Amino acid sequence: MIGYSRAIIPFPPVRVTRYSRGAPSFAYTVRMTVVTNIPIDAEKQREIVTSLAAFLPESALLFDREDVQPYECDALSAYRQIPMVVTLPETEDQVRRILETCHALRVPVVPRGAGTGLSGGALPLANGVLLSLARFMRIIAIDPLARTARLQPGVRNLAISEAARPYGLYYAPDPSSQLACSIGGNVAENSGGMHCLKYGLTVHNILKLRAYTITGELLEIGGDGLDSAGYDLLALLTGSEGLLAVITEVTVKLLPRPEGVQCILAAFDEVTKAGQAVANIIAAGIIPAGLELMDQLTTTAVEPFVNAGYPLDAAAILLCESDGNLEEVSEEITRMTSVLKASGATEIRVSQNEAERLRFWAGRKAAFPAAGRVSPDYYCMDGTIPKKALPRMLNAISELSRKYGLRCMNVFHAGDGNLHPLILYDANQPGQLEKTEQFGAEILKLSIDLGGTITGEHGVGVEKIDSMCLQFRSPELETFHAVKAAFDEQGLLNPGKAVPTLHRCAEFGRMHVHGGEKKFSELPRF
Amino acid sequence: MNAIINQLADTIRTAAARRTPLCIRGGGSKDFYGGTPSGERLDVSGYHGIIEYEPSELVITARAGTPLSEIEDALRAKGQMLAFEPPHFGSTATLGGCVAAGLSGPRRAYTSAVRDSALGLRMLDGKGNDLRFGGRVMKNVAGFDVSRLMTGSLGTLGVILEVSLKVLPLPVAEATLQFEKNQDNTIAAVNAWAGLPLPISATAWCNGKLSLRLSGASAAVDAAIRKLGGERMDEGPAARFWVGIREHDEPYFRTPLPLWRLSIKSTTASMNLPGEQMMEWGGALRWLKSDTEAATIRAATQAAGGHATLFRGSDKNTGVFQPMSAAMLALHHHLKDTFDPMHIFNPGRLLG
Repeated sequence: MIGYSRAIIPFPPVRVTRYSRGAPSFAYTVRMTVVTNIPIDAEKQREIVTSLAAFLPESALLFDREDVQPYECDALSAYRQIPMVVTLPETEDQVRRILETCHALRVPVVPRGAGTGLSGGALPLANGVLLSLARFMRIIAIDPLARTARLQPGVRNLAISEAARPYGLYYAPDPSSQLACSIGGNVAENSGGMHCLKYGLTVHNILKLRAYTITGELLEIGGDGLDSAGYDLLALLTGSEGLLAVITEVTVKLLPRPEGVQCILAAFDEVTKAGQAVANIIAAGIIPAGLELMDQLTTTAVEPFVNAGYPLDAAAILLCESDGNLEEVSEEITRMTSVLKASGATEIRVSQNEAERLRFWAGRKAAFPAAGRVSPDYYCMDGTIPKKALPRMLNAISELSRKYGLRCMNVFHAGDGNLHPLILYDANQPGQLEKTEQFGAEILKLSIDLGGTITGEHGVGVEKIDSMCLQFRSPELETFHAVKAAFDEQGLLNPGKAVPTLHRCAEFGRMHVHGGEKKFSELPRF
Repeated sequence: MNAIINQLADTIRTAAARRTPLCIRGGGSKDFYGGTPSGERLDVSGYHGIIEYEPSELVITARAGTPLSEIEDALRAKGQMLAFEPPHFGSTATLGGCVAAGLSGPRRAYTSAVRDSALGLRMLDGKGNDLRFGGRVMKNVAGFDVSRLMTGSLGTLGVILEVSLKVLPLPVAEATLQFEKNQDNTIAAVNAWAGLPLPISATAWCNGKLSLRLSGASAAVDAAIRKLGGERMDEGPAARFWVGIREHDEPYFRTPLPLWRLSIKSTTASMNLPGEQMMEWGGALRWLKSDTEAATIRAATQAAGGHATLFRGSDKNTGVFQPMSAAMLALHHHLKDTFDPMHIFNPGRLLG
């Protein structure tokens, strides 16, 4: 028996419902979401509010329904739950005392950054305290010579690069929600973006954290140097989805802004040729700053909104970006152009100025909102596969699309094999939602079978918790639970997220037997 | 090969039952590093060979006992390399040892570390469980990042069986420039240059001379040479020089004195500590040959935001690694208990 799993309070019994995402790109518009809210225990609420009010100012403690309602979900708004209490601390000391108090009262705590996560990692608990870091908005210091920035966790991703700009520096990871998402959340999710093939994920771009455990103990992790003594807890905390500790300060690395940036738009008459061209570019020894693929359904959907001038007769287009000093960019663009030609590109355009480059990208950045415009609903996937499997995955998706009678827009971070297929459906049509879920599940299953993963950058949260049972076996899941218990013995920090219980997987396996293989056969059935 | 894993797992289970310590060993090239190895030898060198290498994936997967040189030869044949330029410290170095030690070479400050390149691994924990974490793809946020936790853990959490590493293309062009500079001028210069879009891939300062390596597209390297000036080293000697820095074959490292590795904030001014210093990683890594008291060195290093390691030295009684805070130490022990509940793996190698 795992110590902390006993204390797990299950998140609301809500199945994936219906949602779609319109503009702006990070805000979901929710259609006909079916949510069952667990009622709040008023007595328990009074107890915790009284304890927290002893040290939190009134403005930092919310519990009236209309005050806590805005916190009922993150960007995966199909899952909703009214939190029992919301705290908005402003100091580290308040964070420490909130955690100590909740630990003493055995009340679960859900940390929350900007609430832009796509997997329900910040979904509140009916019997829990939501700990928002939104008021930790200060850029504490920028050290231009050492190329670092010390930040409170609520600082927005894009604000870092804006603040670093006068020094010719920037912060590399750029998730598409970068206008709104915060650095603390980026660390919790190990966020990526359009440029991580060349510049890495969050884990590659941070140096130091201050974080508090559920018992209120301060952890100073990492350092001002490039490594630190002991185990790599910096990596362990990155992407831990708020299950291990609450981050109160992040020191990030800043990079010199490239002197030049240029982008190639290449058109292909077959999607699989575009997929092959991606592999050919990498095989030629080139690491582009960005390498994105959009299929015809996507270009057709976005063109009316962005007027990017995409070749709409092409089955797929690739965007290949080069950055660096001017000489380097020009050399790389020449090399990529010749690889793309040899890979069968039917048309190649090279951006001649910044305005044209941004126009090339406009459609890629508008892909999600456009999906919301051409279809009443859509479902976004986040699997990653080896690049060599791209043509196979693309063919499989188009077969599945025929099988289920649902359109699927293919938008990929092609360079690192991270796929965001957008399944288009109409929740008002009976049966379409179920078909969409099956379609999505088949894509995730294939991602695992092809040697990949169910999530490249959006996280597991509550959304993909069942798919974790397909990717990992029980000994690995037990290890994850034990790692969690090493930080949080009673399982009070963001319980029920990211790592499924073995019981849950057994139940899931009972419903989904794949290829005759029965997972968790060693487990007793309940 | 499965037979080897079964045998290793059996040995682990038996050792756990008897609580007899095991000393995990690949090629033994890094026996000098960390606390003195003790326990019954668990030889993993028999589990070797490259499992999968597809250059267009930028990923190589190999068994832990694979000689590091075999990995590097296979990569070079396809125009690729390990981005972290790992030191071998002997011809017997293995992939498993490289990952377990977590030591990166001259390129570290400008491209990546061992841990940055670690994408996934297969391991045996202290109960003999065969576990897989991460994967063979660049982006993967499913589950806690145990692969990177294992990197640099000196075999104290488990036996690494297989590792998938991200690799990078070999640079098209390379050039090494040398400058006469004192330490503080070097610190100022290398930090300022690192803030400019220049293809710097390594720096080393020793005895009043800064050596700086440029790697990348020919045009970028040529432009940087024009911009930075300095004296260009011939290709052969330059290549040998960087291998010497990486492998500690350069004259600086030939010393009977204890060798300290100080990992600190790159902009720290020259540290007033007795003994001769050498500097890498744009100022973020400083070597110190000194028989000064450990406490003095550790205090100065901590003040510079970093940590000091007694890298080579016969007397390890004062400890090898920088002491941690009570909270961090407790957490380390919890993690050790998690992976190796009977405390059989590499006792004393990392934690006291």
